[in-house]
Amino acid sequence: MKSDRAEVAHLFRRAGFGATAKELDVLTETMTYEDIVDQLINVDDSPDIDQAYIDRYYGGEGFQMYVATWIYRMLNSRRPLQEKMTLFLHHIFPVAWSKGQHAYTLFSEIDTFRKISMTDFRNILLELSRDPAMLYWLDNNENHKGEINENYGRELLELFSMGVGNYTEDDIKNASRAFTGWTFSQPIPVYPQGHFHSKFEFHAEDHDNDPKVFLGHEGNFNGEDIIDIIVKQEATARFVTRHLCNFFVEDEPQVPAWNIEKPKNPDLIDELSEIFMATEGDMKSVLRALFNSDGFKSSINKPKVKSPTELVMGVLRQVGSFNDIKPGLEGYWSSVAVMGQELLNPPTVEGWHTGHEWIDSGTLSERINFASQEFQDTNKPGVKDIIERTGSLDEEPCQLVDRCLDVLGGVQVSSDTYSELTEYVNSLKKQNAKESDSANISDLIQMIVSTVDYQYA
Amino acid sequence: MVTQEKDKVLVVIQLTGGNDFMNTIIPYTNEHYFDARKKVVINPEETLPINDTLAFNPNMGPMKSLFDDGKIGIVQGIGYPNSVRSHFRAMDIMHTCEPDIVGTEGWLGLAIREMDPNQDNVLTGINIGRGLPRAMSVSGVPVTSIGDIDGYGVMNDQDKAHIRDRAIQSFKNIYSQAIGSGPVSEYIGKTGIDILKGADLLADVSSAYKSSVEYADNPIAKSLKDVARIHLAGLGTRVFYANHGGYDHHANEMVAHPGLLTDLSGAIADFIDDLEEHDAADEVAVMVFTEFGRRMKDNGSGTDHGSGGGAFIIGKNVDGGFYSEYPSLKPSDWELGEDLKHTVDFRGIYATMLEQWLGVEAKPIVKGTFEQISPFRN
Repeated sequence: MKSDRAEVAHLFRRAGFGATAKELDVLTETMTYEDIVDQLINVDDSPDIDQAYIDRYYGGEGFQMYVATWIYRMLNSRRPLQEKMTLFLHHIFPVAWSKGQHAYTLFSEIDTFRKISMTDFRNILLELSRDPAMLYWLDNNENHKGEINENYGRELLELFSMGVGNYTEDDIKNASRAFTGWTFSQPIPVYPQGHFHSKFEFHAEDHDNDPKVFLGHEGNFNGEDIIDIIVKQEATARFVTRHLCNFFVEDEPQVPAWNIEKPKNPDLIDELSEIFMATEGDMKSVLRALFNSDGFKSSINKPKVKSPTELVMGVLRQVGSFNDIKPGLEGYWSSVAVMGQELLNPPTVEGWHTGHEWIDSGTLSERINFASQEFQDTNKPGVKDIIERTGSLDEEPCQLVDRCLDVLGGVQVSSDTYSELTEYVNSLKKQNAKESDSANISDLIQMIVSTVDYQYA
Repeated sequence: MVTQEKDKVLVVIQLTGGNDFMNTIIPYTNEHYFDARKKVVINPEETLPINDTLAFNPNMGPMKSLFDDGKIGIVQGIGYPNSVRSHFRAMDIMHTCEPDIVGTEGWLGLAIREMDPNQDNVLTGINIGRGLPRAMSVSGVPVTSIGDIDGYGVMNDQDKAHIRDRAIQSFKNIYSQAIGSGPVSEYIGKTGIDILKGADLLADVSSAYKSSVEYADNPIAKSLKDVARIHLAGLGTRVFYANHGGYDHHANEMVAHPGLLTDLSGAIADFIDDLEEHDAADEVAVMVFTEFGRRMKDNGSGTDHGSGGGAFIIGKNVDGGFYSEYPSLKPSDWELGEDLKHTVDFRGIYATMLEQWLGVEAKPIVKGTFEQISPFRN
């Protein structure tokens, strides 16, 4: 054993979409924890998925089909952190289909997020500011010389980089002026010639060339200059690293409370912000420090409620029914949606409210019933493997529960839950002795994935 | 539970997609209607006339009969200033009564909180369907979403009854123990226990229900049958929510719209019959709404998003007839030069339902004072 199994399992639940028992065997046997973190971060060292191959199965213009390609990547990519970061950017830069109702620009936005997710924050903001879906979502195509529309300028500062309290209304106006002329080419309707992507366009004649003052700096700024200034702000470093902590470490309160309530892991944010400042927002450096930190490793028992996407992907990775490409994956868009997360259609510019706000009686019953139903079919390759690895019912109940939790990807449960699970095994032994071991183990697995504890990442 | 039976009950039906009000309640003698609608137009001879100017869509026979019995109030020209044409944004506004900011608290969720402040009954608000519409959603207010009454709850896939009972016992223990183990686990624990409570209450609903009414086999009929079954079980539910989707007719409206109206109209009439058969119609009012109306002119195959929709208030205690005014069809009166202009604010209609039916103060819920109508008999 080169690395600790529970730690690596925790790392994969947070930095990816969970690891199977088989994956944990190989990883812990051959690599140290730090090496595994490096492998997750150096995405270019791992092969990418051939998009043309996915498109053959989940091609076309349909919304759900595109989400199916994304789900396929989340389940099978050899670069799980890249997919997780793509989801992260969708969380913090939420553009919804509901406004533009133009699906293709959203698809290319997610593809852009994937490309930029592991670069630096300057590049991330720059590409975001050039993204047609975002430009339309926040009305920057209506932001003209002499007639500014502040929507994008405001959210860039408030929600996408620094957070309220770190700039003035004049800064918003000047930032907005700097982004005048940043717009996009009209996408051509898909029929009859097929789709033409909308592209970023800079209209020089519509750009405000007068001097501007932004966060104390003076100059004839263009949008790019504004981003340069934003990325150097400590407020940006702290805001972005808090977002990362909220996503990977421990649930924070909702974003509007951040200028009032202190972060849950202030030391970690200090540490990560310093790295952010020193590296000009290099995501790889910041994430490497995050995953290697004690704060992250000890967050194994801190509340972090799985998002619907994390829950569904985690279950599907374990049951292994989509380890290779086949039809049917498009239906899982709605499984995630009924749990409260419609991918590509977040509710507002603030994005989804996360943490315990994912849970109500409707969404909780969807989560429980989805997970237990997915594990019910003992012929699924992942479930088969789990049952084979678990052994027989003859073992001591504690051993059986331990094995089950382990083979489900190192599930953590409270001591109360643990003792109830062993009680449940005892009952199964008595009441259900006639059934095969696999049926009983399947019942136990279904109970484990129905627990309070399983709702946590 | 029995004592609560005569509390007033509101059933809200959402027509998702933006119903074409003009082809629902048709100005069948108005020249402007025929000028604007070239292809997506109803033959006046097929309509079901109410008076000299307005007629029901030909596929709404059952609702026309209810109207003739004086049980339907037609609310004409519902909307709000600067009507939004995005489905989701428009629906958000209709759900939260917040046209200027993005609201998060649903108007019915707030009403449920007022009616059941101590959360005595997890079934005070019930959504028929999966997920929770924003109208019903307020943080900390438990509302039960029921996709399928018979399958409601957890562990229902377990087909061995003795194992299912044992599994539910374990589930209950695990979720109860979570209460007191930190705020988030406590919250999840309570929510899990609420699911069990709801499932317990709903367990006998199906077997107890008997009726001579035979509902059709379509989604809205199934939903309203579920509402009837739960209401007749006397579980104290005050607000039901049901969704009827598919009204976004940009294309092929003349093919799809009639089917939806047939389903809707039949389901509502069966529902009212069912309640009357069980002497349970006095305390129930139905409100049917949509997020916006559609464009005056058709696009050759369907109609695009517009404004100035309509609503229905239905029930035994409804004073049937017309409310508010049908929006002017004269081109010079069109909003933005192409839409019906609303004549009554939707928040006034919500306020009517809240204060005159449910007995809940409307102002804090609809965020202001809006003109109400008087659609109920006293």
